[in-house]
Amino acid sequence: MDLTFASISEIADAVKNKSVSAKEVAQHFQTRIETLDRKLNSFTSINPNSLSDAAEIDARIAKGEDVGPMAGVPFGIKEMLCTKGIRTTAGSKILENFIPPYDATVVARLKKAGVVVLGKLNQDEFAMGSSNETSFHGSVKNPWNLECVPGGSSGGSAAAQAARLVAGTIGTDTGGSIRQPASFCGIVGVKPTYGRVSRYGIIAYASSLDQAGPMVSSVKDAALTLEVISGFDENDSTTTQKQVPAWSKSLKSDIKGLKIGIKKENMAGSLHPDVQKTVEKSIETLKQMGAEIVEVSVPLTEMAVPVYYLVAASEASSNLARYDGVKYGYRADFKNLSAIELDEFYGKTRGEGFGAEVKRRIMLGTYCLSSGYYDAYYNKAGQVRRLITNQYLEAFKKCDVILSPVTTAPAFKLGERIDDPLEMYLNDIFTTSTNLAGLPGMSVPFGLSQDGLPIGIQLTACHFEEQKMLDVAFALESASSVKGKHPHVV
Amino acid sequence: MSYRGYEAVIGIEIHVQLSTASKMFCPAQTTFNAGDNENTTPVSVGMPGTLPVVNKKAIEYSIKTGLALGCDIRRKSVFARKNYFYPDLPKGYQISQYDQPICENGSVTFKLDGEEKTISIARAHMEEDAGKSNHHGDYTLINYNRAGIPLLEIVTGPDLRSPAEAAEYGRTIHQIVRYLDVCDGNLEEGSMRCDCNVSVRKVGAPQFGTKVEIKNVNSFRFVEKAIEYEIERQIDVVERGDKIIQETRLWDPDKNRTFSMRTKEDAQDYRYFADPDLLPVIVTDAMIAKFKSELPELPIARANRFQAEHSLPEHDAKVLTSEKQLADYYEETAKVSKNYKSSANWIMTELLRELNSANKPITESPIKPEQLGRMIALIDNGTISGKIAKTVFQEMWESGKDPEVVVKEKGLVQISDPAAIEKIVEEVLAANAQTVEDHKSGKKKNLFGFFVGAVMKSSKGQANPELVNKILQEKLK
Repeated sequence: MDLTFASISEIADAVKNKSVSAKEVAQHFQTRIETLDRKLNSFTSINPNSLSDAAEIDARIAKGEDVGPMAGVPFGIKEMLCTKGIRTTAGSKILENFIPPYDATVVARLKKAGVVVLGKLNQDEFAMGSSNETSFHGSVKNPWNLECVPGGSSGGSAAAQAARLVAGTIGTDTGGSIRQPASFCGIVGVKPTYGRVSRYGIIAYASSLDQAGPMVSSVKDAALTLEVISGFDENDSTTTQKQVPAWSKSLKSDIKGLKIGIKKENMAGSLHPDVQKTVEKSIETLKQMGAEIVEVSVPLTEMAVPVYYLVAASEASSNLARYDGVKYGYRADFKNLSAIELDEFYGKTRGEGFGAEVKRRIMLGTYCLSSGYYDAYYNKAGQVRRLITNQYLEAFKKCDVILSPVTTAPAFKLGERIDDPLEMYLNDIFTTSTNLAGLPGMSVPFGLSQDGLPIGIQLTACHFEEQKMLDVAFALESASSVKGKHPHVV
Repeated sequence: MSYRGYEAVIGIEIHVQLSTASKMFCPAQTTFNAGDNENTTPVSVGMPGTLPVVNKKAIEYSIKTGLALGCDIRRKSVFARKNYFYPDLPKGYQISQYDQPICENGSVTFKLDGEEKTISIARAHMEEDAGKSNHHGDYTLINYNRAGIPLLEIVTGPDLRSPAEAAEYGRTIHQIVRYLDVCDGNLEEGSMRCDCNVSVRKVGAPQFGTKVEIKNVNSFRFVEKAIEYEIERQIDVVERGDKIIQETRLWDPDKNRTFSMRTKEDAQDYRYFADPDLLPVIVTDAMIAKFKSELPELPIARANRFQAEHSLPEHDAKVLTSEKQLADYYEETAKVSKNYKSSANWIMTELLRELNSANKPITESPIKPEQLGRMIALIDNGTISGKIAKTVFQEMWESGKDPEVVVKEKGLVQISDPAAIEKIVEEVLAANAQTVEDHKSGKKKNLFGFFVGAVMKSSKGQANPELVNKILQEKLK
C-alpha cells in the first residue's frame, strides 16, 4: 500500500489488521512533513508525542481492543482548535505561547476514533482572511503553484492535505474558510450544518457562523471524518440532538432524479472563464448522470458579503476581547514603566498582539455594535440574515442540492490582494450566505485551470441534509478531472 | 415623606447570589472559603474556545423568585453579552440578560410602621458575576472564584420614597429569597448587594430629578444611611442653585458619606447583543406550574395568617416570620402546646435569647419545637409553674432532654395538693411567729409577700402559687 495516497479507511484497516503499525504510519508522514513542509509552511507546531501516541494505538490493538474507525490515521489540526499539550495560537502573536490544557471536542472525538495528531496547521490570524497571508506564522504556499495562495483561512489544512503531509485535516469555516482553500488546493472540504459539530475548544471567531469540518482527499474520507466529529456535545449548547447518520456507509453515486438547483444570480457575475467552464461541465455531468437541473433564486445572496462582515466582525469584536494580556497569552512589555493606566495596558498589549486584519475587524465590529449604530448595522444585518435563510428554505422546496462556484477564480498570487481588503472580502461572495443560513456546504475538486490550478464545485444542501450533498459530490468526484492528479511538490 | 419641601424618588437594584452548587455557565464550585482561584474551570476564566452552558438550577431559582414576586415569567428569555474591559472580567464581556429578562412586572408588599407598602418590580434578570481585584499599591491580584457565580438582579420601579422604606424593601427581599431557599442571604459574604438610585424633587413636582446611583451597598442599614446622606446632599446642591450630576457614587461606611466613583461622561457603551453561544431560555407552562406548587407560604402571608388564625399581635407575627425556619419552629411548637401566644412568648424571649448568645441558628436549637410545645403544655395543665418552667427550659437547653424527664429527674412537679401546701404554710408561719404577729397587728406593712416567698422557698418553688396565696390569706386573717 502506498501510504502517501491511501484513504483514511485504507490506513485504518491496515493498522487494525496489523499489516502496518500506527507508528510506521506516523513515521512515514512525519518524514514527509520534515522534508516537504519547508516549501509550504503549512505546519506551525509538531506534536512531540505523535510517535508514542501511535505506539499506544498499536499496543491497544495488540491487546485486542477496539481502537475506532480511524485507528492510527495521522491528522493535522487547524490552529483554531485547542489541542491538549500542543501549542494553539490561532495564527496570532497574542496566543504565541498558549498551550491549552484541554482538547476541543472535535479533537477529542478524533482521538477517540484512533486518530494520531501529528501537529497544528497554519491559518489566517483568528481565521480572518482568505489567503493565509495574515498569519503570525507567515504565509502558506499553494502546493500546486508555490507562488499562489492556498486560500484561507484554513490554508495550512488545505496545503498539508493536498501535499499529503497527513491523511486528513480539520479546518473551520466561518464564511468559506474550508470550502475556498479546499477549492484552491484540489481537496474535498465540508462545512456541516451549523450545530452538527461542537464548537467547544474551537477558538471563537464569529460564534453564530463558525463550524469545523473535514478537509480531506476524497468524499468518502470526508463522510467518515464528519461522522466521527459530529453529534451533540453537552459542552456546546448550540449542538443539535439529532442523530448522526452513517454518511460514509450510505454514500452513493446514483443521483438519478435528484434535483440540482442552479442559482441564477451566481451566473450573472464575472466569473473567470476557467471557473465558468468547470461549473458548466459539472452541470452537464450531473445531467448526464440523470439529475434534473432546476433554476432557483436566492436574490439576497448579493447582500451576503456585507451582512457577513457585519455579523462576523461584531461577534469577533466581542469574542476577541478576552485576549487582554491579563490571564494568558501575550502581554506587552511594561518593565520600564513605573505605573500604567488600564487603558494603556490593554491598548499596548492588544496593539502589539493583534495583526492589521484582526484590528480592522475588531474596529468594524465595535462600531457596528455601538449605541446609535446597532440598529442600522448589526440589527439590520440580522434581519437580512433571516431573510436570506428564508429564501434558501424556499429554494430547497424546489431542489435537493444547490450547485455553484466556490470562488470567482482559481488561486491568486501571494501578495496580489493583501493590500486591498475589499477585493479580498469579495472572494467570499459564493460562500458566506451558506454560513449566514447555517446550511451545510462543501467544495469538491472537479476541474483544472489552464494554468493547472484546481477548481472546486460548491454544493449546498438544506439543514441536516448532508447526505444528499455528499452523494452529489461523490458522483462529481467520479468524473473529476483532478482525480488522480497531485500537486508537483508531492 | 418630605424633606425640607423635597421628596425623594428611590429605586433599588438588588443582586441576589443564587445558591447553586456550581456556577452559572460551568461546573466550577461556588463555595465561599475556597483558596485563591481554586473555584475555576477553563470556562470560568474565559480560556480560548470554551463555551458557556446554562445551569438549570439557576433558571429554576430565578423563576421561583420571579413567581414569589408576582412577576410574569418570559416563556423565551435571552442571554446577552455586556461588553466592557476590566481585569476581573475574564471574557471581556459579562453574560447577562438585557432586553428579554426572565422575570418582569411584579411587585412586593411589606409593612412599615403598620402601613402596607407595595413596590413594583420592573424586572429580574439572570447574569454572571465578575471576579475580584485585590489592589496592593502598585500591583493588583485577581481572584476569579466569583467569576461566573449566578446572580439574579431584581430591579424596582422608582417607587420608594424614604430611606426606611428602601431598607425595609431590602429586608423583605432578603426574607423572601431565604424563604425560597434560593439565596443564603449572607450579606457579609456578598450574597446580596444593593445599588440605590436616588433623586430628589420639590414636593408635587411632576418630573423626576437627575438620579445618582450608589453602587454595591452591602447592608440594609447602610442602604438607609447612604440614601439619607444622598437625599440631604442632593437637596443642598439644588438649594445652592447647582445641578445634580448624573453619576455613580460609593458609600463610605467609615466616613458616613457617599463619594463620586464615575460620572456619566465615563459611562460605558456596553454594546449589548444576544450571546450566540447560548440558546434562548425556554420556560414551559409545566415548569411554571411545578415551581409554583413548590413555593412556600411567603413571610407576609404567613404573618397575616398568624395574626388572623392565631390571634398573635402584629409584632409577634413579624418576628416569628422573619425566617422560614423560625416560623416553622413556632408552628410546630404551637401545634403541640395548643397555646399560640405562650408559644410565641417562649420562642421570642427565652429561646431566641439563648440562640443569639450561643450564635446558633434556629435549626440547631437543642430544644426541639415538639419538646418546647410539651413544656408549655405542662405549664398549662398545672404540672409545673411558669417559674419552674424556666428551670426546666434551662435544663432542656443544656441537655436536650424531654421536659417530662427533666421534671421527673429534678422532682420539679408542682405541688397542687391543698393539704400539702397547708402543711408547708403552717410550718413557715410557725417558724416566723414574730413576723406573723407584726403582720396581724399591722405593725409592719406589706409582709404578705415575705410569706409567699418563704413558702415558695420552702417548697423549692414547687408549690402552686395560686394555692399558696389563697391558703396564706386564710391563715393570716
